[in-house]
Amino acid sequence: MSQFAINLIFVGGSFALYIAIAIWARAGSTKEFYVAGGGVNPVMNGMATAADWMSAASFISMAGLIAAGGYANSTFLMGWTGGYVLLAMLLAPYLRKFGKFTVPEFIGDRFYSKNARFVAVACLIIASVTYVIGQMTGAGVAFSRFLEVDSDTGLIIAAVIVFLYAVMGGMKGITYTQVAQYVVLIIAYTIPAVFISLQLTGNALPPLGLFSDHVESGMPLLQKLDMIVRDLGFNDYTADVSNKLNMVLFTLSLMIGTAGLPHVIIRFFTVPKVSDARWSAGWALVFIALLYLTAPAVASMARLNLLTTIYPAGETANAIEYAQRPDWIKNWEVTGLIKFDDKNSDGRIQMYNDKSESFKQTATERGWNGNELTVNNDILVLANPEIANLPGWVIGLIAAGGLAAALSTAAGLLLAISSAVSHDLIKGSINPEISEKGELTAARISMAAAIIVATHLGMNPPGFAAQTVALAFGIAAASIFPALMMGIFSKRVNNTGAIAGMLAGLISTVLYIFLYLGWFFIPGTNTFENVQANWLFGISPLSFGAVGAMINFAVAFAVSSATQAPPQHIQDLVESVRYPKGAGSATGH
Amino acid sequence: MTEHDRNAAAYWSANLRLIVGCLIVWALVSYGGGILLRPLLAGISIGGTDLGFWFAQQGSILTFIGLIFFYAWRMNKLDKEFDLHEE
Repeated sequence: MSQFAINLIFVGGSFALYIAIAIWARAGSTKEFYVAGGGVNPVMNGMATAADWMSAASFISMAGLIAAGGYANSTFLMGWTGGYVLLAMLLAPYLRKFGKFTVPEFIGDRFYSKNARFVAVACLIIASVTYVIGQMTGAGVAFSRFLEVDSDTGLIIAAVIVFLYAVMGGMKGITYTQVAQYVVLIIAYTIPAVFISLQLTGNALPPLGLFSDHVESGMPLLQKLDMIVRDLGFNDYTADVSNKLNMVLFTLSLMIGTAGLPHVIIRFFTVPKVSDARWSAGWALVFIALLYLTAPAVASMARLNLLTTIYPAGETANAIEYAQRPDWIKNWEVTGLIKFDDKNSDGRIQMYNDKSESFKQTATERGWNGNELTVNNDILVLANPEIANLPGWVIGLIAAGGLAAALSTAAGLLLAISSAVSHDLIKGSINPEISEKGELTAARISMAAAIIVATHLGMNPPGFAAQTVALAFGIAAASIFPALMMGIFSKRVNNTGAIAGMLAGLISTVLYIFLYLGWFFIPGTNTFENVQANWLFGISPLSFGAVGAMINFAVAFAVSSATQAPPQHIQDLVESVRYPKGAGSATGH
Repeated sequence: MTEHDRNAAAYWSANLRLIVGCLIVWALVSYGGGILLRPLLAGISIGGTDLGFWFAQQGSILTFIGLIFFYAWRMNKLDKEFDLHEE
């Protein structure tokens, strides 16, 4: 059977499963559409949350980032998991007790202000739309590589599938497809990793393999990797970083951004009880950790495999001849994600760090004339089975897994967007008298519209797609998370304080990002060059979300203490979210 | 202040103490062990590298899981002790 047929079976089979679930889990009420009826088992919800959270970025890009950056990029591992500790202790149980359908609804009720609700809706939509673009383009790439269709066609197929189960089933359909998608993506991620770990270290568990001995050389794997990259002029894989302030703030921004992303928070509205919301956050992190503990092993092993493929006789001997390159390099050259340029015309592939001043002399002595192979970080996970010579069905599995990761996150984001439009804008403001049936129709129409916008943006990605992820995390960290936390933990913060805080956090973060990455991300319009020397106290624009959050807290407290305390019924509301007793299931009233 | 209010206030401060305790550990393993204190832990080697690298790539994630389950277990018990659990 050809590889194409195998891929088609895996991807087609997984899609058939998602559609079957969608037909079984149709939503009949707004409660089923927004919160899956509020009866989801906490372990099941944990699994759905894991799929919701782990996007194309976690599945496809993260291991590549760690492989390239080594220790310095551990920030993603800590940042994207540590947020769940904050969610479990500072947000999820209380918002579940509050028992409404959306995040802006809590902000609007707690700060007794329609304007606060509007600011929250705006933040939610900007953060979610920028995030969904990445998922759609990720799905398009996976389709074009594995199903040999062009990426626009792939994107439309993906959009139709999401449309079917998200519009029909709402949160109920999304929840149960996400459970299935989690199973697909975790199997797809771990199986190649187990094989590679066995080949390199003899240990079947990749997280243990990472700290084991490299079978061929008998040295610890990480030491061997350090040695090879050092010999090629790169920084040590395990090298420490000098700008620790920035590393701390970047990790913190990812953590509070994770806790503040609305599509993750609303998953905790679907469990029956407050105590379930606490357990569910733990289960979510267990399921996430299965991938996040495997990723650093995949990263170091893939980097080692790549370099030993290029230098089969050792990194100080001759590189491989271009004509002798393995098939997986040929396959990925077609996509343009691997590029070879024979700069010194010797017919061999030299891959090294040509930016290192201290290595220049060695390179010249060897007759090297610059790095000749560029490998896009994003292919490491997707190409992993081919690099390790695994059978064809594993490649089919990776294709289905990558698509599951992208589609499950896209569906969660689309639900957050559509509920903000139909529940917060239409029912909450434009037409409060709308019937339940009317609201359900409005929710489905806004979902369909969101899918069309996302597909359009996926096909014509704004040139800044990659940078907008910083914007999504920055907004969630600087505006949504502090507002929610203060709403629960302070009875003193009032409407004026909360709105001023959210706007201050939002504006300062967005301005700082625009100053270095270009105004509205238009290339060439940035005020300062985006290099460390120009950053305020060495804080990168990507790390500013944490600072924005601090500004939000400070402004909200200052303004609140200068203005009137919230009325008694609001203070009673804060009291009531703090105690689990008397929690009903989530309602829209 | 009624008996009920006092009970509720005691429950809330127990919750806050628990959260502060958990977040200290949360910060110690990630920002401490994984980032700021790494040079201090450089002498402790583990699998070809040092303890700080382990905290950054594995230890902090494992600790986070333990923290959430510990918090959920303690709080669900406190809910019942203070008679503030759901029916």
